[in-house]
Amino acid sequence: MSSMGRAFSPFPFKKGTDMTNETSRRGFLKGAGATVLGAAALPFLKVLPASAAGKDVIVTVIGQTINSLDLHRTGTNRPSYQVAVNAYDRLVSFGTKTMPDGSLSYDYSVIEPEVAESWEFTDNDMAIVFKLRPEGKFQDGSPITAQDVKWSFDRAVSVGGFPTVQMKAGSLENPEQFEVVDDLTFKINLLRKSKLTLPDLAVPVPMIINSKVALEHATEADPWAMEYLHKTPAGSGAFKVAAWKPGEQLVYERNDNWTSGPVPAVKRVVIREVPSPATRRALLERGDIDMSFDMPNKDAKELSGAEDMTIVTTPVENAIYCLCPNLAFEPFKDKRVRQAIAFAVPYEEVFQTAAYGRGSPMWGGTSATPEDIAWPQKFPYSTDLDKAKALLVEAGYGDGFEVPLSIDLSQSDWMEPAALLIQENLAKIGITATIEKIPGANWRTASLVEKRLPLALETFGGWLNYPCYYFFWAYQEGHLFNSSNYRNEEIETLTPEALHMSVEDPDYAPKIKRMIEIAWDEVPRIALWQPALNVGTRDLSGYEYWFHRQPDVRSLSKA
Amino acid sequence: MAGRLRTIGLRITHAIPVILGVVVVSFLLTRALPGDPAVYFAGHAADEASIEEVRTALGLDKPLPEQFLVYAGNVLTGDLGQSLSTGQPVIEDLAHRLPASLELTLTALLLSCTIAIPLGVLAATRPGSAVDHLCRVLVTAGVSLPTFFTGVLLIYIFYYLLGIAPSPLGRLDFIYIEPDRITGFYLIDAAIAGDWETWTGALKQLVLPAITLTLFTLAPLARMTRAAMLSALSSDYIRTARAAGLTEDKVLFTYAFRNALLPVVTTLGMVFSFTLGANVLVEKVFAWPGIGSYAVEALVVSDYAAVQGFVLAMALLFVVLNLVIDLSYTLIDPRIGFETR
Repeated sequence: MSSMGRAFSPFPFKKGTDMTNETSRRGFLKGAGATVLGAAALPFLKVLPASAAGKDVIVTVIGQTINSLDLHRTGTNRPSYQVAVNAYDRLVSFGTKTMPDGSLSYDYSVIEPEVAESWEFTDNDMAIVFKLRPEGKFQDGSPITAQDVKWSFDRAVSVGGFPTVQMKAGSLENPEQFEVVDDLTFKINLLRKSKLTLPDLAVPVPMIINSKVALEHATEADPWAMEYLHKTPAGSGAFKVAAWKPGEQLVYERNDNWTSGPVPAVKRVVIREVPSPATRRALLERGDIDMSFDMPNKDAKELSGAEDMTIVTTPVENAIYCLCPNLAFEPFKDKRVRQAIAFAVPYEEVFQTAAYGRGSPMWGGTSATPEDIAWPQKFPYSTDLDKAKALLVEAGYGDGFEVPLSIDLSQSDWMEPAALLIQENLAKIGITATIEKIPGANWRTASLVEKRLPLALETFGGWLNYPCYYFFWAYQEGHLFNSSNYRNEEIETLTPEALHMSVEDPDYAPKIKRMIEIAWDEVPRIALWQPALNVGTRDLSGYEYWFHRQPDVRSLSKA
Repeated sequence: MAGRLRTIGLRITHAIPVILGVVVVSFLLTRALPGDPAVYFAGHAADEASIEEVRTALGLDKPLPEQFLVYAGNVLTGDLGQSLSTGQPVIEDLAHRLPASLELTLTALLLSCTIAIPLGVLAATRPGSAVDHLCRVLVTAGVSLPTFFTGVLLIYIFYYLLGIAPSPLGRLDFIYIEPDRITGFYLIDAAIAGDWETWTGALKQLVLPAITLTLFTLAPLARMTRAAMLSALSSDYIRTARAAGLTEDKVLFTYAFRNALLPVVTTLGMVFSFTLGANVLVEKVFAWPGIGSYAVEALVVSDYAAVQGFVLAMALLFVVLNLVIDLSYTLIDPRIGFETR
């Protein structure tokens, strides 16, 4: 009785439901051999550590629920994006780089082939022609054709909601842009030359769906087979979904015939949902799981340095936790008042208390003009109460004023301590801040859609790692994450100019530097720190950070 | 027998207006919740246009009365709608999660009764004795320790330090295969399938959360048993029974205990209904896919269909529960009847 044998057995199948792999339970047991539930195995089942589950199975815990297997569906939540990553492929993917601390990260500057084997810009750079891999196969064995790619892209730009918005970010807006040249040649006609188009094809959204399978299940009322793909992935990805029970677990099984990359080292990956962080931590410490994804900062801090565990903390690219003074609120119309707030924040304490020091400081920059176009980079503010007071007096608010400081109850783990510390320091410069807690369901409406909170904490991060992309969402008037109601004429002109421009263009860097300079001087968003993603592993190699902040299990293997 | 059946029939018809009321109230209450599900579920980088698209897709752009008619019509056909947060039909979610909660709660209550009732009886027959004090300590500890604390503590001791409890990974460790679904109760389903390995596995997962809940539910039951027994024992008919020279056992169990049972059963019903909805924290700590955490998560994101489905399911359950309790009254005390009213 080897532990390897047992490792093959482990997972519940949903019987009589709509899973793809309608394996009969009895048949499955027989098929996997007598080793599966052999009596000899039983005494060990009690506290079978993950390490004993064999090198073929990886057990991961996450805190949230995967609520759909189709990213394009309305209501699909963030944790579900990992299915698009692991069970589907895209035309292209990003490369891999090694971070200064030795951990792995995706590399946004390198675009690599996935379903496409090559691509070239044609028609005076107004079109991209992709050559698909001739050997490309979906999980059901049928070939991946340009028709499938077109159908999938048409779907992403047509269904509305998040996928359509994300496609639009890459200037992929309507189905007429997508052209099937022949079975293995796919052409995208560009609306404009944009550096965002190619990277936007590597985000989870433009996943390639097996259109033959999907169309079999499409109906007149549901032309995009939303109901079917919601529960049954039809992709070409490195893993198949072997079982899915929302609220409990999702089981990936390796696609042994993956054609878009090297076949993964592990046969099975179990994603188990454990809501309580204390329980997740105990599981990792006991060694009953191989990976705890997205650990709280506190646990990451306390467990890092432990001998048999590896805690990887990667700053989240293009994301900043901010304090946003709203320009709709009278005193904040004056930039000196905003600067005063920026000088009053107790940055170091906030970072240590609210983030347990995990992430990167975004304060204490030395120059008021940026030297390079790195983003995010340290804002030229640090805690200086005298300066803050002087600025308030200068602006005519020497006697202070009252302002509600709003936080999101569902993010109270970091927002509450941060808000309390900020409140304390604001009191020292005469500003009375009252903390207003807003329920999670109401938060987005209040802060982002209605933009009615006078002073609030905010967390925007952009998937496409360019400063202009961040500015587009967070500094341009009327855009969703500009919760400060900020408007600056120069930003309004510079951002759209820079957005699609190539980074190599000599005009690009000066524009970005100017934008950063304005953002620093006018501070409609006061940067607190750059957040980090913590992942704890045991005897696991190949973990790679991705901008989508979901586990990409394709690269994992057991030591 | 016919009379009793008629009683049951009558009681069920009484429940109809209650359920209609629940349908209306749950619909209105969810709409009164703060928050906009369209904004929430439009997700990540949604702009105004896509939020509107989501609103239309969810049918939330229609006027309230129209939304209600659609909802009521669906409920009549047994369609409780689709939960946005889990992405599944609400009825399917409930069918998975209600048995999980029931299995846990019933096990805990069974355990609780086997400890609390004898303890209460003993404490009442020997007031001021060591047993009485033990009862008091247990009861005080039970109510004063929050369930999540007991839960985490038990995990820490029995799983983390001693390693004798299985990983707190929900109803079944991933190394087992879920039993064929018949009742949804893993212990029963595994027993029907004759799969004793899975049965043991499910039982092991059940032990710690059940003990956590037991400690919590022990208090009201033991206190109520003790108080009811005390008042029964000091009543006239017990004095008469004793004077008539009946044996102590006969006095205690046939006369005193049977009379004391009524308030205990009432409390049991209340504790049951309370625990079923309130063991969210236990569910979170043990990753138990129960109905409490389902409802709370749905509430947090304004998932209308799921909240309504939960409220409706609980209402139905309580109607049944009250019926069962009322019927058990008539068994315990034949003088109680419903026909007369």
